[in-house]
Amino acid sequence: MRIYNKKIHWLDIVLLLALAAAFAFIWYRIDGALNYKWRWEIIPNYIVRWNPDKQAWVANLLLQGVITTIRVSIYASILALILGVILGIARCSKNLAIRMLARTYLEVLRNIPPVVVIFIFYFFLSEQLVTAFNIEDWARAIARQEDNQAWEFFFGDMRRFPQLVSGVVVLALFESAFVGEIVRAGIQSIGKGQHEAAQSIGMTKIDQMRFIVLPQALKKVVPPMANQFIAIIKDSSIISLISVQELTFKTVELVASTRAIFEAWITTALFYFAICFTLSMLFRKLENNNVPHP
Amino acid sequence: MSTDTTMIEATNLDKYYGKFQALKNINLSVDQGERVVICGPSGSGKSTLIRCINGLENHNAGKLVVDGIEVFEGSKDIRRLRQEVGMVFQQFNLFPHLSVLENLTIGPIRVRKKSKTEAEANARKYLERVHIPEQADKFPSQLSGGQQQRVAIARSLCMETRIMLFDEPTSALDPEMINEVLEVMVDLAESGGMTMVCVTHEMGFARRVADTMVFMDEGEIIESSPPEHFFTNPETERCQAFLKQILVH
Repeated sequence: MRIYNKKIHWLDIVLLLALAAAFAFIWYRIDGALNYKWRWEIIPNYIVRWNPDKQAWVANLLLQGVITTIRVSIYASILALILGVILGIARCSKNLAIRMLARTYLEVLRNIPPVVVIFIFYFFLSEQLVTAFNIEDWARAIARQEDNQAWEFFFGDMRRFPQLVSGVVVLALFESAFVGEIVRAGIQSIGKGQHEAAQSIGMTKIDQMRFIVLPQALKKVVPPMANQFIAIIKDSSIISLISVQELTFKTVELVASTRAIFEAWITTALFYFAICFTLSMLFRKLENNNVPHP
Repeated sequence: MSTDTTMIEATNLDKYYGKFQALKNINLSVDQGERVVICGPSGSGKSTLIRCINGLENHNAGKLVVDGIEVFEGSKDIRRLRQEVGMVFQQFNLFPHLSVLENLTIGPIRVRKKSKTEAEANARKYLERVHIPEQADKFPSQLSGGQQQRVAIARSLCMETRIMLFDEPTSALDPEMINEVLEVMVDLAESGGMTMVCVTHEMGFARRVADTMVFMDEGEIIESSPPEHFFTNPETERCQAFLKQILVH
């Protein structure tokens, strides 16, 4: 076992001082050389603002963005999990054609930058789908209704619904490739004996997968899967490029109108950090509480 | 010779792993209710043979008929066959994510389409039979090796199969646990009716329950005879040498 120092050594102090000096230098450059005027005081108003008409505090740009980011991430995670499980199973299939299809899908998505995938998907597929299913008109109709609170709660501004759908779908497609690999690793970690035991009591292939292999496999891959969900939250910033009004998009808007570049982006970074770090701590805690049987 | 009561009939069975021939021209006939013990040095093809019987391995040549169903690669009837053939593995292969009771009922519920209450009542009956009714709600990892193997036996019993295959059921156990498993197996054998094929090195057990002893070496059946004859008067030298080896202690 490795022994870790618990006390601060003089080298640590030197290191910390050097770091502090580096930060101080950067600060000096921004503050002094760039002649940047800090206006932190305007930021809180863009998180929540007082609405005099409703006589209540309402979410402003940044918090709206946070909420959309959370929405998009949840839906994309669920969809990516479903697609990923299917993909993972397909990757372990006996059938060559199915394996090849799954492999192709995976390699295509894994070897193209997400931004490119998103643009291709958005301009070539999403437009067609939205038109084909008449999603735009349908969403507008709901947006015009009086009592659409339930819809708004789940999907935000319904006039923006087509973008939300595109964003969620494209993010899920992209992440499903990685989820699929995690699921495949889980499935392949289940020993031959389990398959044989299930076979020898006469189970069908589907039942073997459903009742014996998948439950064990998914339990094993909880830690990497949790990481992947956190990655989805971070990656969701990319879909700002197709006008999904999530946190990054809103920050760009905010910067454009106020020019508070550093304040806005630092605040946004803190939001992302808070969400992801909280989740990561939460998953770690769950893992420790849920120590599997050896 | 095949008769109405033949449960397992292997004719000129060959099995290859690449170039290596694991089974050479195996001829074996097991009657209904017959208890066959297969022994032989490791690598002699005992496990391969028993795994061919429920289609976990596929033979390359020859004919194998089990309970009236022909076994061959890609057979559509293989699942129907497996429902009639129970298997107990060396490594138990219990389902670790399911409780003992769920391990026992998943087959009856999912394969035999029994109701949950019926399957559970049945499972408790068989747990009683393997002397661990109190462990029903535990998980496999909470049990000792001997208890796990008895759960595995009960799992096969729950399927109420006509044939039971045992693939070295005591080889992975600590010595002090071997007897509790053998006791259960003797009890099963003596209650009669069930066709048993057992690969084991437990010669005391073999002597007590076997109707037929089969000795295999290098993929061939060298000798096949009733135990009284087999143990006192083995015909071939290889068999004599093997018996001397394992009975000397």
